[in-house]
Amino acid sequence: MSAVLQSLVNQPYKHGFVTEIESDIAPKGLNEDTIRLISAKKNEPEWLLSFRLKAYQKWLTMTEPDWQNVQYPKIDFQAISYYSAPKPKKKLASMDEVDPELLRTFEKLGVPMHERAALAGVAVDVIFDSVSVATTYKQKLAEVGIIFCSISEAVHNHPELIQKYLGSVVPVGDNYFAALNSAVFTDGSFCFIPKGVKCPMDLSTYFRINTESSGQFERTLIVAEEGASVSYLEGCTAPKFDTNQLHAAVVELIALDDADIKYSTVQNWYAGDENGVGGIYNFVTKRGLAKGRNSRISWTQVETGSAITWKYPSCILRGDNSVGEFYSVAVTNNYQQADTGTKMIHLGKNTRSTIVSKGISAGHSNSSYRGLVRIAPTADGARNYSQCDSMLIGDQCGAHTFPYIQVRNNSAKVEHEASTSKIGEDQLFYFSQRGIDAEEAVSMIINGFCKDVFQQLPMEFAVEATKLLSFKLEGSVG
Amino acid sequence: MIYENSTTILSVQGLHASINGTEILKGMDLTVKSGEIHAIMGLNGSGKSTFAKVLAGHSAYEVTAGSVQFEGKNLLELPPEERARAGVFLAFQYPIEIPGVANTQFLRLAYNTVQTQRGREELDPLEFDDFVREKMKLLDMKPDFLDRSVNEGFSGGEKKRNEILQMALLEPKLSILDETDSGLDIDALKIVANGVNQLTNKNNATILVTHYQRLLDYIVPDYVHVMQAGRIVMTGGKELALELETRGYDWISTNKHSIAGEVA
Repeated sequence: MSAVLQSLVNQPYKHGFVTEIESDIAPKGLNEDTIRLISAKKNEPEWLLSFRLKAYQKWLTMTEPDWQNVQYPKIDFQAISYYSAPKPKKKLASMDEVDPELLRTFEKLGVPMHERAALAGVAVDVIFDSVSVATTYKQKLAEVGIIFCSISEAVHNHPELIQKYLGSVVPVGDNYFAALNSAVFTDGSFCFIPKGVKCPMDLSTYFRINTESSGQFERTLIVAEEGASVSYLEGCTAPKFDTNQLHAAVVELIALDDADIKYSTVQNWYAGDENGVGGIYNFVTKRGLAKGRNSRISWTQVETGSAITWKYPSCILRGDNSVGEFYSVAVTNNYQQADTGTKMIHLGKNTRSTIVSKGISAGHSNSSYRGLVRIAPTADGARNYSQCDSMLIGDQCGAHTFPYIQVRNNSAKVEHEASTSKIGEDQLFYFSQRGIDAEEAVSMIINGFCKDVFQQLPMEFAVEATKLLSFKLEGSVG
Repeated sequence: MIYENSTTILSVQGLHASINGTEILKGMDLTVKSGEIHAIMGLNGSGKSTFAKVLAGHSAYEVTAGSVQFEGKNLLELPPEERARAGVFLAFQYPIEIPGVANTQFLRLAYNTVQTQRGREELDPLEFDDFVREKMKLLDMKPDFLDRSVNEGFSGGEKKRNEILQMALLEPKLSILDETDSGLDIDALKIVANGVNQLTNKNNATILVTHYQRLLDYIVPDYVHVMQAGRIVMTGGKELALELETRGYDWISTNKHSIAGEVA
């Protein structure tokens, strides 16, 4: 490998930052008492406690999965503290009080101004002359009947909705980490779009900034009623550091007749250092149920962080004519490992799904696409198109594709395309022979490679994601 | 064309280069002056393409001896992008494909990078669009070509035309055309050759690396050099190419240097 490639691969992660949070921490270890403690601390109703306990009982009978193409030391679940109530952070009075290093990171990533303030913990009202972005959005949403709040709030204010939908897409015993999450989840987001309402703006957790941080077991539930539509943005391009190594979130989406849910993620958790020390284990269960006729669930993800990423945002296409989509870019560098993909379960007639997966591996990293397309006997006329492309930067990394296709209806049409390419000396030589330096060349090649996915992202996110990728791979070719 | 008041653009002396420890160039000597067109011919494996890549600065090759002066500067100490910005252009034998990157985007980036280097104004996308469309006429290219991904799904002829279009945009001092005729049918060859002919003038110089005489019917060289085992073994005028065509390369081995024409 050329020296240039080498130097780009070995860039340190410069922009992690730690927020000191005083908190009220539960003793380490997991047992029924821990769960009762969490539930009591959060003042939860009885039905939720039994939901948690049921999940815990289920979890005890399960074993940690080992089929994924990642390696990590065994997790000691008794060494984790499952409850930590963050005390409200002191709000900074102005942007001048924010760590300049943090501001430079935001600058470099092109994080929009209002988000910078929010992320840095500045009271938004101060920045925007008493017009709080968060408040304005909340009012706007309330006018059309949209509920957007933390799961904890929703448990108290809208118990009937939570009881009806929580665990309806990802049952408590769905998988090892989902069971764990169901038992101990601390907080997360709830979003409800009533019948016929088109959400007037992209919803983002940024607008919930005044609520507590969600912790390592996050729970998200989004329901779109008949004819409703929503675009939801999770995460941000700014790097996130967390002392909790294990993160096991669960996201459930439900779309009724003619409803449309678009869920976009940009994930940039701390990935560990250049030697693979540290970094977040991101073990996530994300699933959408396209329950109604003509409903649509669309996942778009840009995964750039975490030491280990293990997630398969999936669609269950139950309603006739329902549509499932999965657009993914997963970037791994240094010693990162990603095993990610999707499941498209076709149950209804004329259901359609599209999978576009782009994996980019640099350094000593490994990236795997793992996907399942299942056409049930009931799914007459179902169609799937899958495209899985991998790009290698340097010669120490790996890309793997594990497509599973199960077709039980002979009127179905399933297509799968895959490719692997490499940014090598010849590509870079072509660019350099036209006067273009290596960094710019890599950025252009990568963005071209990811174009099909980036164009699915909301405009602002797409610009950020483009920069983020160049930033992540800065120095990995050259 | 050979001009009286020409200046030396390229001077190669005793150049040796190897790849993975195998020596390919074994003492190349070549002088190219402004206005001139040089053809370098030879069998596969004689080192022609290596010579082209070494001049452009491909990192896989190691120069072990000799010197290369480009307009009086030591070319060998410059990284490839700086050679390009200084005016060395290589038309690739196998241009790479860049999926998802629109040709116009790539061409504009290359153009603006080189323009900036030369202290000229960059063009914004609209200005560039007008500019590039004008240049495309030279090569009889369809407008939709700008929106397609760089070289992806291009026919052999389209790829080569794209190379010459880049040559037209970047206005190099020295153009090295590496087997530009390979894979072209006669119509495409004529278009490409016509493009090159319109771009050559008394201030720049061209090196044509080719296996066959065919290209030289359309781009007439001032000098023809024959390479063998990593160096030039015979030099002549354009008639040498015809001679080779009828007699074959074997004939060279037995007549080395014997008919070499007078070369400045």
